[in-house]
Amino acid sequence: MQYLPNILFAVILLAGIGFFIKNVKKLSRNIKLGRDIDVSDNKSQRWKNMAMIALGQSKMVRRPIAGFLHAIVYVGFIIINIEVLEIIIDGLTGRHRIFSSIGSLYGILIGSFEILALLVFVSVTLFWIRRNVIRLKRFWKSEMTSWPKNDANNILYFEMVLMTLFIVMNATDVHFQDMNSGNVISQFIAPWFSSLPDSTLHIIERGAWWVHIIGILVFLNYLYYSKHLHILLAFPNTYYGKLKPKGQLDNLEAVTKEVKMMMDPNVDPFAAPEEEEAEGDIPAKFGASDVQDLNWLQLLNAYTCTECGRCTSACPANLTGKKLSPRKIMMDTRDRLEEVGKNIDANNGEFKEDGKQLLDDYISREELWACTTCNACVEECPVSIDPLSIILDMRRYLVMEQSAAPVELNNMMTNIENNGAPWPYNQMDRLNWKDE
Amino acid sequence: MSELLKVPTMAEFMAQGKTPEVLFWVGSAGSFDDRAKKITKAFVKLLNKANVEFAVLGTEESCTGDIAKRAGNEFLFQMQAVTNIEVLNAYDVKKIVTCDPHSFNCLKNEYPGLGGNYQVMHHTQFIKALLDEGRLSIGDDKFKGKRITFHDPCYLGRANNEYDAPREILKQTKANIVEMKRHKHTALCCGAGGAQMFKEPEKGDMDINVLRTNDALETNPNIIATGCPYCNTMMTDGIKAKEKEADVSVMDIAELIANDQGL
Ligand code: SF4
Ligand code: SF4
Repeated sequence: MQYLPNILFAVILLAGIGFFIKNVKKLSRNIKLGRDIDVSDNKSQRWKNMAMIALGQSKMVRRPIAGFLHAIVYVGFIIINIEVLEIIIDGLTGRHRIFSSIGSLYGILIGSFEILALLVFVSVTLFWIRRNVIRLKRFWKSEMTSWPKNDANNILYFEMVLMTLFIVMNATDVHFQDMNSGNVISQFIAPWFSSLPDSTLHIIERGAWWVHIIGILVFLNYLYYSKHLHILLAFPNTYYGKLKPKGQLDNLEAVTKEVKMMMDPNVDPFAAPEEEEAEGDIPAKFGASDVQDLNWLQLLNAYTCTECGRCTSACPANLTGKKLSPRKIMMDTRDRLEEVGKNIDANNGEFKEDGKQLLDDYISREELWACTTCNACVEECPVSIDPLSIILDMRRYLVMEQSAAPVELNNMMTNIENNGAPWPYNQMDRLNWKDE
Repeated sequence: MSELLKVPTMAEFMAQGKTPEVLFWVGSAGSFDDRAKKITKAFVKLLNKANVEFAVLGTEESCTGDIAKRAGNEFLFQMQAVTNIEVLNAYDVKKIVTCDPHSFNCLKNEYPGLGGNYQVMHHTQFIKALLDEGRLSIGDDKFKGKRITFHDPCYLGRANNEYDAPREILKQTKANIVEMKRHKHTALCCGAGGAQMFKEPEKGDMDINVLRTNDALETNPNIIATGCPYCNTMMTDGIKAKEKEADVSVMDIAELIANDQGL
């Protein structure tokens, strides 16, 4: 019987990790539903970007208050998790505070964890106030419906509870308090419990210990359903983020092939179409009407989005009351991708047509046509997401597959086709300005 | 004054067996839009003054296709691009300058993938180089003490990270340069990009150019300086909407410098 806690612990740990692995697999399967894209270039620059933007949070500090608080939570959360390692070893082996054998260093370690835990608690509380009391505008846009709002608050509550449990666990650990090293914060909490007998203290300490580790495992598995997934995906996403100048939009290769064929005087226009093998390279359609038409990086972008709304708060269309919100573009893409993923799960690994798509059912044409391609959203994003690329791919679908551009744009394009300018002026008059 | 403008074409250079120093890509707006034509002419005056051997394609130039691409018509864009590249490569063009950041971005970044490789400069970069090399100099203090605010064009700034060239030119006019709250990488779009110039805006509570004009007016400027024909139109319209034409003028950097030179 004395091994029961160890076994129970191992079972809970395995279940937590097992479930997490299952979610990671699903995540990667969903992301791979996207088209392929070659991002194998310039590895050194990519590592640098990841180190700077994800690890170094270089974009976060552009908004100093949020950046500072976020840095505390981020550093705190990572470092305090070293403590989780000790908890896991203790839990599996039945020992208590196994690392304490390293001597005075242990006190320094736990002491800094305690300080960080307090700082994290304070920062998270301030975050909560910014969202719920000050009601910062970007957290209250129309795409922030009940789930995104709750999700954000859930994470904050989670962290508050985890940090509290950590401090309480230390405060009620009689042995640890007796050591009187490293209990920088918890020594002030310990007196709150001082009237309780040691046996009760022990129960509270054990309780806090168990809830803390179970809480962390639950949190780990909550990630998949949450915007908090960014704590993992920010790394690959900043690694694969766009390196080319922001203004450079990709040239569609499938179109290049067709254009080259049309322009090549040596190609016999009446010849039989190219051998079948070419079919594989030419996508079934130009542009994107659903998530499978996007590339996997755009889908990774969608899962990485933190829903922070920095993009939307800089978007000229959104700032002037248009429906377009780049954050909503990312949230819609993720929601639709999740829906497609569930559909595949429910149909033995095959997607069954559900009569829905990203276009119209999630993202409206009105939103797509409001974009000025100004790149403000791309510039703002702290985790290198490119909402503009999705907008452009969906416009491509509308124009090239559906001829569904707004009338004025069709006129403009007809002008370019006929006389090489977006206005109905003759190309032969192009130099007239010289003599006017 | 038009007879003063020297605007040779590539074909003329070719006929004389010469190659110009640089090709001036005028662009559709610069060729046809009344306001933008003034910018084109101001830039040509500067080129003439600095004795730059340049040429234009004239009637051989066609729309870059940039607007079509951003509207989603990749097909039309590539048709335009391939056609233009054929002409440019036939003339063995190496270096291009343009007053339009959209053409600048498109020629510089999107043409190489289709076989068009050129060194492409925005006119503010080119003017700055002329100043640096002493081929142009800003002489009298026409703008001294004037409050000038510069509106960053998206396709020069964020899109291609060029924030300094226009500012360095302005600095040399000894004007008082005042920055808008949103400037450089946080600059707000004028509202024309992404083919918006050619359509009515979607439903909203304000026009983007008016919001951007508010940004500019907050700095209390005498002049709003621009570096893009479309921004220029948008800001000019914004100033009209605010009925500030009497107090604030909207000028391209090329016009400012040409004006400074008394051209
Ligand atoms: S690129 Fe489009 S979506 Fe992004 S900020 Fe500009 S207008 Fe908004
Ligand atoms: S796309 Fe980037 S900036 Fe926009 S909400 Fe998501 S994480 Fe924030």
